[in-house]
Parts: sequence; C-alpha cells; structure tokens
Amino acid sequence: MSTRLAKGGRLIDRAKPLNFTFNGKPMRGFAGDTLASALLGAGQVMVGRSFKYHRPRGIVASGAEEPNALVGLGRNARFEPDQRTTTTELFEGAETRSQNHWPSLDFDIGEINDRLYKFFPAGFYYKTFMAPRAAWKHLFEPIIRKSAGLGGVPKEADPDRYEQAYAHCDVLVAGGGVAGLAAALREGRAGKRVWLVEQSAHWGGRTPVDDGQIDGVEAEDWIAAALEELESLANVTMRTRFMAAGLYDHGYVIGYESVADATPGDGRPRHRLWRIRAGLTITATGAIERPLAFAGNDVPGVMLASAVRDYIVNWAVSPGDRTVIVTNNDDAYRTALALLDAGLTVPTIVDAREETHGALPQEVKARGVRVLEGRGIARVLGRSRVTGVEICAQAGEGGAVETIACDCVAMSGGWSPVVHLWSHCGGKLIWDEPRAMFRPDPSRPPTGADGAAMATVAGAANGDLTLAETMAGFGIGACSHDEAALAPVWMMPAGATDALRYKAFLDFQNDVKVSDVQLAAREGYTSVEHTKRYTTLGMATDQGKLSNINGLAVLSDALGQPIPATGTTTFRPPYTPISLGAITGEARGDLFQPLRRTPIQSWHEAQGAHWEPVGHWRRPYCYPRKGESHSDAVGREITNTRKNVGMLDASTLGKIVVKGPDAGRFLDMLYTNMMSTLPVGKCRYGLMCNENGFLMDDGVVARLSEDMWLCHTTSGGADRIHGWMEDWLQCEWWDWKVYVANLTEQFAQIAVVGPKARALLERLGGMDVSKEALPFMHWAEGKLGDFDARIFRISFSGELSYEIAVPASQGLALWETLMAEGEALGVMPYGTEALHVMRAEKGFIMIGDETDGTVIPQDLGLSWAISKKKADFLGKRAQERSHMTDPNRWKLVGLETLDGSVIPDGSHAPAEGYNANGQRNTQGRVTSTYYSPTIGKGIALGLVLNGPDRMGEVIEFTGEGETQIKARIVETCFYDKEGEKQDV
Amino acid sequence: MKRYSIFAVAREAMRYHAGWERAWRSPTPKKRYKVIVVGAGGHGLATAYYLGKVHGIRDVAVIEKGWLGGGNTGRNTTIIRSNYLQDPSAAIYEKARALYEGLSQDLNYNVMFSPRGLLMLGQTEHEVRGYKRTVHANRLQGIATEWIGPERVKELVPIINIAGPRYPVLGALYQARGGTARHDAVAWGYARACSAMGMDIIQKCEVTGIRTEGGKVQGVSTTQGEIDCEQLAVVVAGHSSVMAEMAGFRLPIESVALQAWVSEPIKPCMDVVVMANTVHGYMSQSDKGEMVIGGGTDGFNNYTQRGSWHHVEETTRALVETFPIISRLKMLRQWGGIVDMTGDRSPILSKTPVEGIFVNCGWGTGGFKSIPGSGYAMAELMARGHSPLAAEFGLERFREGRFIDESVAAGVAH
Ligand SMILES: Cc1cc2nc3c(=O)[nH]c(=O)nc-3n(C[C@H](O)[C@H](O)[C@H](O)COP(=O)(O)OP(=O)(O)OC[C@H]3O[C@@H](n4cnc5c(N)ncnc54)[C@H](O)[C@@H]3O)c2cc1C
Repeated sequence: MSTRLAKGGRLIDRAKPLNFTFNGKPMRGFAGDTLASALLGAGQVMVGRSFKYHRPRGIVASGAEEPNALVGLGRNARFEPDQRTTTTELFEGAETRSQNHWPSLDFDIGEINDRLYKFFPAGFYYKTFMAPRAAWKHLFEPIIRKSAGLGGVPKEADPDRYEQAYAHCDVLVAGGGVAGLAAALREGRAGKRVWLVEQSAHWGGRTPVDDGQIDGVEAEDWIAAALEELESLANVTMRTRFMAAGLYDHGYVIGYESVADATPGDGRPRHRLWRIRAGLTITATGAIERPLAFAGNDVPGVMLASAVRDYIVNWAVSPGDRTVIVTNNDDAYRTALALLDAGLTVPTIVDAREETHGALPQEVKARGVRVLEGRGIARVLGRSRVTGVEICAQAGEGGAVETIACDCVAMSGGWSPVVHLWSHCGGKLIWDEPRAMFRPDPSRPPTGADGAAMATVAGAANGDLTLAETMAGFGIGACSHDEAALAPVWMMPAGATDALRYKAFLDFQNDVKVSDVQLAAREGYTSVEHTKRYTTLGMATDQGKLSNINGLAVLSDALGQPIPATGTTTFRPPYTPISLGAITGEARGDLFQPLRRTPIQSWHEAQGAHWEPVGHWRRPYCYPRKGESHSDAVGREITNTRKNVGMLDASTLGKIVVKGPDAGRFLDMLYTNMMSTLPVGKCRYGLMCNENGFLMDDGVVARLSEDMWLCHTTSGGADRIHGWMEDWLQCEWWDWKVYVANLTEQFAQIAVVGPKARALLERLGGMDVSKEALPFMHWAEGKLGDFDARIFRISFSGELSYEIAVPASQGLALWETLMAEGEALGVMPYGTEALHVMRAEKGFIMIGDETDGTVIPQDLGLSWAISKKKADFLGKRAQERSHMTDPNRWKLVGLETLDGSVIPDGSHAPAEGYNANGQRNTQGRVTSTYYSPTIGKGIALGLVLNGPDRMGEVIEFTGEGETQIKARIVETCFYDKEGEKQDV
Repeated sequence: MKRYSIFAVAREAMRYHAGWERAWRSPTPKKRYKVIVVGAGGHGLATAYYLGKVHGIRDVAVIEKGWLGGGNTGRNTTIIRSNYLQDPSAAIYEKARALYEGLSQDLNYNVMFSPRGLLMLGQTEHEVRGYKRTVHANRLQGIATEWIGPERVKELVPIINIAGPRYPVLGALYQARGGTARHDAVAWGYARACSAMGMDIIQKCEVTGIRTEGGKVQGVSTTQGEIDCEQLAVVVAGHSSVMAEMAGFRLPIESVALQAWVSEPIKPCMDVVVMANTVHGYMSQSDKGEMVIGGGTDGFNNYTQRGSWHHVEETTRALVETFPIISRLKMLRQWGGIVDMTGDRSPILSKTPVEGIFVNCGWGTGGFKSIPGSGYAMAELMARGHSPLAAEFGLERFREGRFIDESVAAGVAH
C-alpha cells in the first residue's frame, strides 16, 4: 500500500489539508503536495491506462519526465486533458479523472489489446488493414481512432486569461537547483542582469533530498543562504513555476510561467508566456533517472528510485511497505537509506553489478539490508499492482532463482543529463562512455549571430552528476558519498528470452517494448529516427524523457554498433508541453487581430450596417433597413446614388505620401504610367505591377506639390504597397532621395457621389466646387464649411463624385454634417457591395476580382495606362516575355446573360474537347458578376479567350450544379459609355 | 518480397515475429546505374518506383544523405487534396490523390490514406468568391468539390466556431475525398517496393558533386565514392539550388523554413481537415489523437530546420479563435522543414540545361499530397522524354512568363 507517513515531508504543510477527488472519489492531501504525491498518499497506485495495450499504469516519476500519471483535471469549461500529476500542485477542490479506459479504470475493454499483444507488435498496422480497400476508411480507421487518443475533449471555450510579457537580460539561468543558484550567484555578483527561473515551485532541486554538504555546511543551509543573497541583489530576478520552454535563434528563450493553475478562476492570468532575450543562457536543468528494462517494469508500483525517495522525503509519502530496489549504480542506495529512515522495509537490493564496494552500498549493507550482486529482475509479479519480483542472474536468460514479495520496486539505470535546451538550437552532444550518457559537447555549443556560444551548461545537465563535481564547476567545495562507477544495463537480464523482452517496456505511455525496437532493427528501420517513428518510441507526451536512451542502447545492441554511432533523435521545443492558451495570450475574441476602425465606424455601427471584413478593417457591406434583405438594400443604395446622392466611407483607402527630389522618378518606376509629368493639382489613375508584370494594385495618384505625390491604394493593399515601396527604396534604390509615409489613418475620406453631389457640397459652403474651379481629375484644398478639406474629383461609379479627405479628427463630424445637409437631397450611405456593382456597371476593374496574380494590364484593356515613353518600370521587361505578348490570351469583356439571370461567382466557360490530362477545355471565366439594378438584369465582367475580338458572340458558362448559362460578349462598360455623367 | 497481410502477422505472432525480413536492403553502391535519383524523400522514391513499375527501368539507385523520408516527407502535416484552381496543378494533384486511393494495396504497405474530407473556410467575401471559382474550375477538371454553407460546416466540424466575431465562417470549399495519410509510411512503402524491384536505396550517402562532360551528365561524386549514370534525377526539395549549382545551372528556388506542431493526444473530436486561410492556420487530428497544426513560412531564407517562434504564436491564435476548445490543450512538439519555393509557388518537373539531368522540386509547402502523381509524371518524363502531367511545369515557363499561380486559391502553406 502506498500511504502517507506519520512524520516528515519537507514540502507539505500538514496544517493545511486539501480536499480533492479522483474519479469522483473524495481524497485528501496537504498544501505542498503535487497531485501525484496526494494520490499516492491517498493510496491510489494505479492512475491510468497505457495508450496501445491499455495496461494498468501507475506513477513512475516525480517530475517533468512522468509518462503515465496523466489525468483530466477540472470540469466543464475549465477541464484540461493530459495533466501531468507529478508537476501539478494540489489545490482545494481539484477534480481529477483517469484517462484512456472504458468503462472504468479498473475494468477496461481496451485491455483486450494487451491479451493480443503478440498480434500488435510495432508497426503491425503498416502490414495489415489493407483489404478490402474501402475497409480502412470505413472499418479499421474508425476503430483505431476510437481507441486512440488519450485525454478527454474539452467541450467549451476557455474562460481563463493568458498573458504575454517580454524580458531582457544578460544571463538567463534555467534551473533552480544548486548549479543554477551557484551560476546566478556568480553572474549576479559580477553585476550582470540575471534571470533565474525554476520550473517547480521550489528552489534547490534534488540536492536537499539527496545528501551532501556545500562550502562546509549542509546543502539545505547553503541553499537558504544563496537564496537570501540572490534576493538581495537588485540585478537578479528570480521566478519559480517558470519553465524555459525552448531556446531559439539569437538567444531567444520562450518562458512558460504557471500563475493561477492552482487557484482557478481567481482573476489572474492562468499562464504567462515570456519572450526573453538573453545574452547567454546557462542551462542548469539537472538530470533524469533512467528506468531499467525488465519484464513487467510497467506494473503500477514500479517506480524510479529517485522518485521513491522524493515522495518519502519531500511529501512524506511511502509508495509501498516493502520496496525492492533494483539498480546498476550506487546512487539508488540513497533510496534505501530514505526508506529505512522512514521505517519502511527494503527486503532486498538487486544490483546488476558483480561487485558493490562503494560507500553507499557499504552503509546500506551495514544497516542490515540484503544486497544481491550480479542479479537482475526476471519479471515483476502482479498486474494492476506489484506483488513481488522474480530474481535471476543478470548474465542469464531469466531463469528465476528466487521470488520476493514486495509492493513496490524502485529502479535505477543511471542518469541522463537534461540536454534539451542546449540542443534546441543546434548544441551538439558527446557520448560519455564511463557514465554511459550523452552530455553537451562544450566545443560545439549553440551559437548566436556573432558565432559565439549562446548557451553554456552547468551541473548535472553537464554530466557532473555528483554534488562535488557540480560545485567544483563554480570553485565551491562540496562533498557527499563517493560513488563507484555504474555498469550500463540496457536489458535485464542480459540474455532475456523473447517472452521477457515482449514485456520489458521502454516507453511506458506508448507501450513500446524492447522487442519492438529489436523488431524495427531487424526490419531495417535502423536509423534512430526510423526506429522512433516505426515503434513510436519517445513520441508520447513525455517525448522520451525516460525512454530515449534505453531505446537507443537496445537499438545499438541490435545493430551491433556503439551507442554514439546510433546517435540521438532531435530534441525539439517545448521542454514539456505548454498550453495553446499561453501561446495565444490576450489575442482572442475582440483582441484577436484588433479591428482597424475608421473615424466614422461608430456611425456605421449605430446604423446596424452589415459588415464585410477587408484586410484588418471591417467595412459596411450595406445598410439594411427594417425588413430589407441585403440585396434589397444594395439595390436601393445604388439606385439612390445614381438618382440622388450617396455617401461612402472611403477612409480605408490607402494613402501613401511620396516625397523628395527623386519622388517622380521613383513613381515612374513603380507605376506603369508616367507620374513625373503629372501637373500639380491633377490626379491620374495608375497601375502597379510586380516584377513579373502582373497587376498588383491600382489607384488614383494626385500631385500635391513639386516634390510630393499622394498615392491612393486599394484598402486591402495599403500596407503591402507601403512595404513594397520601402523594399525598393531600402534594398535597390537606397541612394534615391525619396521618403514615403503611410498616412492612411491620418485622414478620413468620404466619397459624395451622384447627380446631387455638388449641390450637397455647396450646402456646406466654403470652397468652390464647381466644374470650372474643380474639374474632373483635379483636386483642390480649402475650407468646406468648417472643415479642412482636400477634395478630389474622381469617380469609381461613373457619377459626379467628390472624395473629400479631412484630418481623421474631423471625419465623423464631416460625415454627420453631410448626412444632415443631404437629407433634403435624399442622401443615403452606401456600402462596399453597391460600390462594387456600380464600378462593374462602368466596367472598372477591381484588384482581386479582375486580377489574381496572373493577369497583366494588357489583358484588362488597360494598355492606355502603360507608358510607351518610359525606359523602364517594374514589370516592363516581364511583360515582353513570349507568353505575355501571346496574341491568344484571355481578355476582359462584358457579359450579358440572354435570360437576364446572374452568372454565378467564379463560373467558367467550357470550350470544345478535353486536354491531354482529360480536363475539359475552357475559354474564359467571369471575374465579377452582379445583378445590376441600373440595367435591370445580370451583368458580368469576364476574361475570355480573344474576348474583345468576339463582340456579340454567345458563349456558355457553368451555372449552379450541372447547368449552363448563355451569355453574350459585350463591351465592358454597361452604363454611360460616353462618361458624360462623371464629367459635369 | 514477403507480402504483408493479416495472416502473415498472425503467423509471425506465433514465433515472436522473428521471420520478418528487412523492409529494404542496405546495399553498397554499384559503379554505375542507368538512373540515379538523388533524394530519398517521397518524390525521389516515387520517381524510382514508377520508373520501375510503369517503364520497366529497374537499374536505379536512390541516394540519400541522411535517412530515407527524413526531409520534408517526414515532417509535414500530411494534408492531401486536389482542389486546385489552375488546370496543370489540378491534373497532377488529382492524379496523385487518385493514386493515393489505392496506394496501400499497390505497395502492399498500409499508408493509411484517409479520405476523411477537407474544408477550406471562406471567411471574407473575397475568399468566398475565390473558392466558388475553384468549384467551377474543378467541375470542368473532373474533381469533386462543392461549396457548402456555414451550417454544414458546423455539422462536419462540431468544435468549430462559425460565429466570429472577427471573421465569421461564411462557408467552405469542401472536398469530401481529400484527407491525410501517414507520411513515414508513404516513404517506407515506396522504399520497400523499390528495393523489392531490385533498386538500390543508399542511405547516409551525400552527393557532393555532379560530373558532366560536353553538357551531358556522367555521374555523381558521393561520400561513398563515384557513381556513374545515364540519367540523373535531382529530387532534393530545399537543397535543389545547391545541387543545381553542382551541375552548373541555377534554379528559381528559395529555401525557407516551414513549421508544424502537435498538441498532446485527446480522444477523436475532429474527423475532417480544416484550413482557415484568412486567419492563416490549419488543423487536423491524427489517428493518435494529436491535433496537427501548421502555419506560415519564415520571411527569410535559411537552411535550419527550426523556424521562428512568432509563427507559432500567429497560427495558434488563429486556430484558438477558430476552435476555442483547443486553448486548454498543450503544444507537445514543434518542428520545421526547409521548403523549396518557386516564384509562382508551383513545382518544377523539368529537363535542365544539362542533358540527362532532370529536376523535380519546388513543391514548397504542399508537396506531400502530390508524391504519387509527381513520381508518376517524373518517371514518364525521364523514360519517354515527355509527360502531359509535367508538361506545364518545365523550367522554361519562368522565361516565357507562363506562370501557374495558385496564390488566389491557397493563401496558406499546407
Ligand atoms: C512543416 C511542413 C508541413 C507540410 N505540410 C504539408 C501538407 O500538409 N501537405 C502537403 O501536401 N505537403 C506538406 N508539406 C510539403 C511537403 O512535405 C513537401 O513538399 C514534400 O514532402 C517534399 O518531398 P520531397 O521528396 O521533394 O523532399 P524531401 O522529403 O525533403 O526529400 C529530399 C531529400 O533529399 C535529400 N538530400 C538533399 N541533399 C542531398 C544530397 N546532396 N545528397 C543526397 N541526398 C540529399 C534530403 O536529405 C531529403 O531526404 C509540408 C512541409 C513542411 C516542412
């Protein structure tokens, strides 16, 4: 039985009992407990089921390396699957549930997989489930999917908050054990800005549980003194519950801080994600104990030796009454001492080594514990709980020589340095033969932009496994028991039979056994990455923290090569899993891609506009009135604009000022048109192409002064075009004297459109907006009423139209004034859809509709906007390539359906026959298609093979489903072909 | 080659699976092969496979500097679809998808092709129009896709948030027989089948030089010695331009990192693949239960298979917004691959200025789905000198300006 001991427990506060439940059963722990220590303390040894065979699983470890003891934590919106109990702090009211079983933890149908284990070796699914063909999708995969997965599925949106923060420091020390503390002291005393972070809630790491003295005092006292000094240093920042999750290029470290995990709903952010720029990262991340591979090493009650003593010393929890220790090293004898000190029984220590002369074994023997040398465990007895072990000769095949009753097994296969952070960004490892471990190679560190190391390693993470070695790295004296060398043991017993190897687990969560790795090797999956992927070794939620080295060793053995020749798999971030919530931070809901708002947005909102997202803006699509459908509203807005006057919030339009002695030359390169010759006071419609000649943006350019132009871009394109301009100026034409500034948000812009537009402006008084004073394609500046206006006579609708730009601060007032003054004239706002329909009626192109990155201006009948005089412009050379000048291209035309219906969006015009790949030939497609209230029927623009030469021809387009629609090829302009209305 | 079947597994179960042979041999290179394929990713292996299977050319070596399938083929998010817009793309991706349907049986290796359905969300009017255009194009290309409304989307993906607020889901482009497959198995299955045909798959062998004479290929220099060949297929994804340089020509390829990550496994909750291009992210759930997530490419060229962190944030945000329940899941592992990007984001399957050298690259962020089709077309191009599926993907298109640009149809890497 695991149980709570009557005394002791460094980390628990017995005065503060906490209630929690496991599978609905009420249990009790203490403040300072982890979920794991509380479960063990409450006698719960079996806590889950494994992934593939659904075998019973218990707690193995006491930290981040735990593969088994995952639970579903919390309920409803605060439910969280796959919560690692060994690193989760207990809190009052915690609700936990075991995972991966049906109907219950103790009785699980899925266990049948275990009975059939021989049929399910590594990769069996690659060899089966192939016939009949449809069966995979309809039969096998659904079954596999049902039984797969681990945790439950959260059902609701997450109610918690997450925060993100930045930190900058000279030195980041990852790990708050004695090595980390010593490193922080050294750097802190030297005046560096230091961040010292520790993933658990406690400082000091393993040392207080193990024995030892530092600098002449007990380790625990040294730690206390170190903390006191560190806290007194203003340049040192210390954080617990803070994991360095990943090391990235240029010394960028992602930190993951647990803030309110143990106080759900207290209003604080649950997690905080830190982006840290560190000059140097010192990884002092310790080491992880390795399990041993023997049959039944996965039965609940078999644990790491270090975990057993952690539970005793830190939480006063005894994992069992009778604990057999099995080891290949001296360190595990510390567990025996801890057990004895707690008054528990250690029936036997099984040591795989032939001799045990170290100080620790001697001390343990002196206390009367039987030590069997050269022995191993043949198999563990028990299924959902250890009941005993069979002992055999380590050198043999597993013939049992003795059976020992016990309810816990503490195993130790030696230690592996935690090299994850070191490796994330390219730090290399070397194999340390005497200690049988990979450790960081100081000559091949991860390097920063300057080629120098951006990380170093200290303490056990560096392979300095003893306290003395660790502290020696800092010039500090320390001592603990001397330790004799370990003897690598990768299989117990060395000659284990097939039957035993099929029960000796390497990856506990994913059920990967020694036999699986050997099978992979036999089948040629000999690269360590192949083995991993074929067997799923190390792919579980612990990412192989316990299994990797053992698996590597088994693989190397199978291949008959030394371990370093096999190499390791890649260590990738994060060190342990981090919540997607933390990665998201505050950027959710309203703050997910914050909305850009025009100065007039609130007015649209008050009107109940129907929205359309455009880039990061949201523009009114239309303003439906009560009882009106969207299409009704659009029709009304168009008709009113063409008959009376309409207003559009055009503030989202890109407004980029280009200024400088070389501005004209620059714009001549950017636009296909000539902009340098544009007279001050005039506007010109311009086209921009990319280097490949494709049309990428358009807009009206106004020359504001001798050396200053204002370029209007599309709403969605403003930032891109601004970046595009900067790109050319910074990378190619860096010696040209030009500045560009994106003033999109500095101005509100309102289009006043329709036959009564002038009348409306005149009601405001002020500047002269008559045809003579402000002709078409001109602009003027002045006072319009009380407003500081720059007015452009440009038209995207074919109507008399003014676009009035005012400082953003005046935008709403101007809009409201125009609305009020215009009431008598029948003014109405119109949205983007009316804008689109009206421009289509005029045959004006829309970037993104008529263009898609494959269309050149020549296709769109815009050759007139391409200067023939200029020596060069972006896209010019590309447009001379053979395919671009091919006379047989799809070109823009108007389309009128014969029956008046509207051709569906995206419709294509099939042509006769099929191409070499069996696809139907095509001869065109629609690019814009609308019901035109002005014309009273469906109109469209489209790209049609040689379209402009085929006026009057009727071709077919794909309709909804399998239908076809007949349309006649006509000119692109459907309305006011002579352009009389806009030029009045 | 010993056939795989449920009976074979049962038979082996009785003797602790001692009777399985190597999936592929581990040969030492011969002096000369008719064809050398450089790169044992999916595309290289499939090229070799169809050379043997369709054209009877079996004197083939596939040379790989690391472990087979260890490039992007073993790093991708395994999305398979053929709902492409432009005819040449649609043709080759649909050929690939169709071959995937029978690939497990063809290779006698279960690649777990799972046509579970794929949705590309429309979240702006512009995107909606774009996808409707794709549906019309696909209809004429013989590819079954449809436009579905938001209610149907919700039905297919109960965990999705269709209500916004930022970008409400307006509908989706749905390909019912799009889906996923097991990436490693695709590489392994092809490798095993190639090896069974007598081809040599040579791992841990890096090509360090290409020998040419009089504008014709002679062979390659490798870390395992000189090897001669009549034809050389360069199929090395992110390292294509490096290889081209060895042969003395240039390729319009840029290499950038693309990342993916997975959550911890949970019980099945999403049966289809969802791509959300407006917000920039996509997600599916693997058979193991992990949510498999991918996002955008790095903005700078490099060869480290890592990628920059801010993309992880951007994409995760997009997906938490789209699937609010995943906020409490945890990211288990994050990785990157070096993808080979062309100017028009479409692949290159082509002869080159050097006689006898062919390139197959430029699949960029989306070439897992095309592996069988690409291998099929490449083999045809090499064996016959012409392939209708490859015809439009020649290098000359960049000179002629005959781009095959899919950017309208897919704003996101996948
Ligand atoms: C994160 C990520 C997600 C992706 N998601 C998807 C997806 O969901 N769907 C999809 O369809 N596609 C996806 N892709 C793209 C897809 O993975 C690739 O397009 C595809 O795998 C490329 O295959 P390949 O065989 O061309 O290249 P690779 O698999 O990269 O193979 C090239 C091989 O060439 C070898 N090589 C290089 N140089 C040499 C040399 N000198 N000598 C010998 N060998 C050499 C390499 O080691 C490598 O094994 C994704 C890619 C990434 C990185």
